[in-house]
Amino acid sequence: MSTLPHDLRRAEPESPDASPARPEYAEVSREVRPAPPRYRNEIGKYSIHRAPHCASCGRCVEICGHGVHVRPEGYLHVMRPYDYRCIGPDCKDTGRYCIDACPQGALKLSVNPAAETMGDYRWTPDLLMSTSAMAETGRPPGNHLECEVGASGGGFDRLRFRFPDSPPPGLRREDISTKLLLNRRGDSRPRITIDVPWYGGGMSFGSTNIRALLAKARVAKAFHGFTCTGEGGYPERFVPYKDHVITQVATGLFGVREETIQRAPIVEFKYAQGAKPGLGGHLLGDKNTPSVAAMRETVVGVPLFSPFPFHSVYSVEDHKKHLDWIAHVNPRALLSAKVSTPNDVDMVAVGIYYAGGHIVHLDGSYGGTGAAPNVAKKNIAMPIEYAIGRVHQFLVDEGIRDQVTVIASGGVRTPADVAKAIALGADGCVIGTAELVALGCIRCTACESGRGCARGIATTDDELLEMVNVEWCTQRLVNLYTAWRQMLVDLLFRLGLDSVAALRGRTDLLTHLDYENEA
Amino acid sequence: MPAKYVIHHTPAKPRFRPVGKLGIVDWREDCSSCHNCVKRGCVYRLYRDEADTLRDEVGYLDYIYQCKGCLNCVQNCTKNILTRVVNPEYRRLGDSYYTPDLILSTWYQAETGKIPVSGSGYGGPFSGPGFDSMWTDMSEIVRPTRDGIHGREYISTSVDIGRKLPHLAFAVGQLKVDPPPLMETPLPVIFDRIPLHWQRGAVMAAVTTAAAEIGTLAVLCEADIWEKDASVRGHVIPLLETPGASAAQPGGSAPLMMIPDSPDVMAVQAALKRDHPARIVAIRIPAVPTVAGRVADLARDGAEVIHLAFDSHGREQGPAQPRHMRDVLRDTHTTLVRQGIRDEVTLIASGGIAAAEHVAKAIICGADLVAIDVPLMLALECRLCGECERGQLCPIALEEIDVGFGVSRIVNLMAAWHSQLLEMLGAMGIREVRRLRGETGRCMFFEDLERDTFGRLFGKRRS
Repeated sequence: MSTLPHDLRRAEPESPDASPARPEYAEVSREVRPAPPRYRNEIGKYSIHRAPHCASCGRCVEICGHGVHVRPEGYLHVMRPYDYRCIGPDCKDTGRYCIDACPQGALKLSVNPAAETMGDYRWTPDLLMSTSAMAETGRPPGNHLECEVGASGGGFDRLRFRFPDSPPPGLRREDISTKLLLNRRGDSRPRITIDVPWYGGGMSFGSTNIRALLAKARVAKAFHGFTCTGEGGYPERFVPYKDHVITQVATGLFGVREETIQRAPIVEFKYAQGAKPGLGGHLLGDKNTPSVAAMRETVVGVPLFSPFPFHSVYSVEDHKKHLDWIAHVNPRALLSAKVSTPNDVDMVAVGIYYAGGHIVHLDGSYGGTGAAPNVAKKNIAMPIEYAIGRVHQFLVDEGIRDQVTVIASGGVRTPADVAKAIALGADGCVIGTAELVALGCIRCTACESGRGCARGIATTDDELLEMVNVEWCTQRLVNLYTAWRQMLVDLLFRLGLDSVAALRGRTDLLTHLDYENEA
Repeated sequence: MPAKYVIHHTPAKPRFRPVGKLGIVDWREDCSSCHNCVKRGCVYRLYRDEADTLRDEVGYLDYIYQCKGCLNCVQNCTKNILTRVVNPEYRRLGDSYYTPDLILSTWYQAETGKIPVSGSGYGGPFSGPGFDSMWTDMSEIVRPTRDGIHGREYISTSVDIGRKLPHLAFAVGQLKVDPPPLMETPLPVIFDRIPLHWQRGAVMAAVTTAAAEIGTLAVLCEADIWEKDASVRGHVIPLLETPGASAAQPGGSAPLMMIPDSPDVMAVQAALKRDHPARIVAIRIPAVPTVAGRVADLARDGAEVIHLAFDSHGREQGPAQPRHMRDVLRDTHTTLVRQGIRDEVTLIASGGIAAAEHVAKAIICGADLVAIDVPLMLALECRLCGECERGQLCPIALEEIDVGFGVSRIVNLMAAWHSQLLEMLGAMGIREVRRLRGETGRCMFFEDLERDTFGRLFGKRRS
């Protein structure tokens, strides 16, 4: 099912061992290039219908500034409208409104009924479509799409920034830093800095298509950032990107070996995850294909359960022994601990620091990309918006805030969410779902069904994974990251800040729509 | 250690085509017959199955129910003639409390006995009224036991029903007091009195048989059922609508009986126990705003079990601005704790328990166990259309259900709820549901989190 644009269909190594033999393939450009959607009928907010009495005069092609109407050179007829790019009735104000301009009156604009069925409270249709638009163009979407907040009615969706009347004189967008320092302990380990204050979350080989995983690794390389193996082991095809891959050690210890720890610049202990706090992981038998089973050293077709918790850790002292183990196996690795957001999350964070952790990774309860029991997703542990401020303040009170990096995840959907999380007290974020939406995920939530994701992303099915290729996925993520960075810089500029680090803990720059804001 | 409590479930397919959420609409007159949708678009084979169903005339056309909404067919259609819509029949299901999503989820559980699982995180509102403004806690590392339904260690969901002594007294190594009678149910869920408009055909037989099969209890108005059917004896609670303190009572020697609250209710309780000292009597009280005080009075007077009845949406009865059972239960529980008599009485809460998470949350708020009715009817495919209440024909012919079918569906639902309860208890690190009662420390309330997080920063919350 090849539905990819022609310019992104070039040959690529696809076997797990192919790419290490071609090191040039591992070079990744940060250049923005168009990466059109891979489906024939991309769904947009509006539909444009061209009636049969269209005279193919090309007037619509001439005036549309959004690429909705296209007539390739040498063609007589205008192509079917790329209506997902249409900005809707607001176009009237631009003087380039095709509906009015058509001399035949052959064009009709309407709201696309399919768009209204997409998404949910957290990921509204607008957020899905705006993320996809950014992945295609590398630019912020137009004003016709709400690209900052969802409709959940709480948390990030009710927070807004207070902007000063004008930014300080002399502040230039190109001088604004979005870099994030990951090692603040002042120890002998590398002071790793990444270009943008977010990196890719862990998705295991087995839960997600290897091509999507590789694209995550490649964009991490392009932005000097990171992706994470998840708990499914370390595919050999990650090796060319090893300086940008976090090895995750989870309770199942799938694929955790000495060499996968030694090659990682960061090793992450996953104690819990936001999608299923307090519960173990579960890979359905259908997804445990021969390659997955080989990676995890298990039997093909057998469902795999990760226990919860680490049965070797029942105290902070046990936790310290865990980190010590990794610290000795890899003397240059930073140590990260991923935890969920229970009532005592602030104490957990302090425990991570005193055990030697460089990164406290808080994973809020509303996030996650893989399959999880609905009862857990909705009800167990607190949303990330509450946990960030609690942890930040506790670390400040303990006098250790500047020795540890706090990363927030679990419901971070947009660059505005990233900025709000940082203003609440995080240093940076981990994202997951946004990357998958950029690759074509529409959040149908059927990741666990049968052969896996019908969109070819969260699957190991040989036929389904043909729906995407690494090159296209990489370009979509490069574009998304570029657009996000641009939006973040723009936001910092409007706030009058010269770096994202200066935003940390600046709750005075936030307002909440449900409060009097007079504290 | 007792044998591990397991509810065995077997698939029980619906009798009628369930109402699905999403549908694919097409305009076939413009179709180019490219078969992108049939052969390639649908990875779930739904279009092909539809064709097979039409040809072979077997079963119902369930492709609308089955559609996963992946949009592949819509987005790959050569002529772009397909679109996706939300089924208007789905939108009409239920009401503001029993939402269409909740009803579909209940149907799924009643059919499969499995926990609903989905990907891509949570997509619902940030919070909501009642139980939706609570999050249960979890532990990262330090905890006594783990692993929920897949666990190696046993997590008990048993609860006791009856009065307990404030303390034991001994004399010369011998127990000096007679402990009151106690019953134990393996699940903190019993089946409440089913409203009259649903009591048709084999419905009541299915409810009582299912209760017996999983070892729980069912409240029945027709006490004679208890006498007639030996197979459910021990699993039925006769509800005496108009008991007298001196009259001979129906219900024979039922070990647990329920009576409505009344000025002389303690005398009625005494009368019911006169010839059967081992009998436990539950007093059913409508949850009105003053219920906490009434419960405390009854508990002090010797009540053994008190059943708080909320309306079907979990609200207290009477006031224009009713509180949700979340708050009423906390109030009642706290009142009893302050008076030092909480452990002496069993509290049952009913009305508004619509999902598995509500069981855990109601217990956290102070109930010992809960009673349910509407979810049982949903398990039997009810759509809450209200036709039966208006005297109209039931669209799913509830009166025609087979007892075995009804039992399977209810048992499956309880199996799924039990598994979810284990998941939540496991995450909290609590190894028995008795310890969850009133454990608000293992829970986070919306208003507390908001106050501590945003109230500190932004002042007063707008009402």
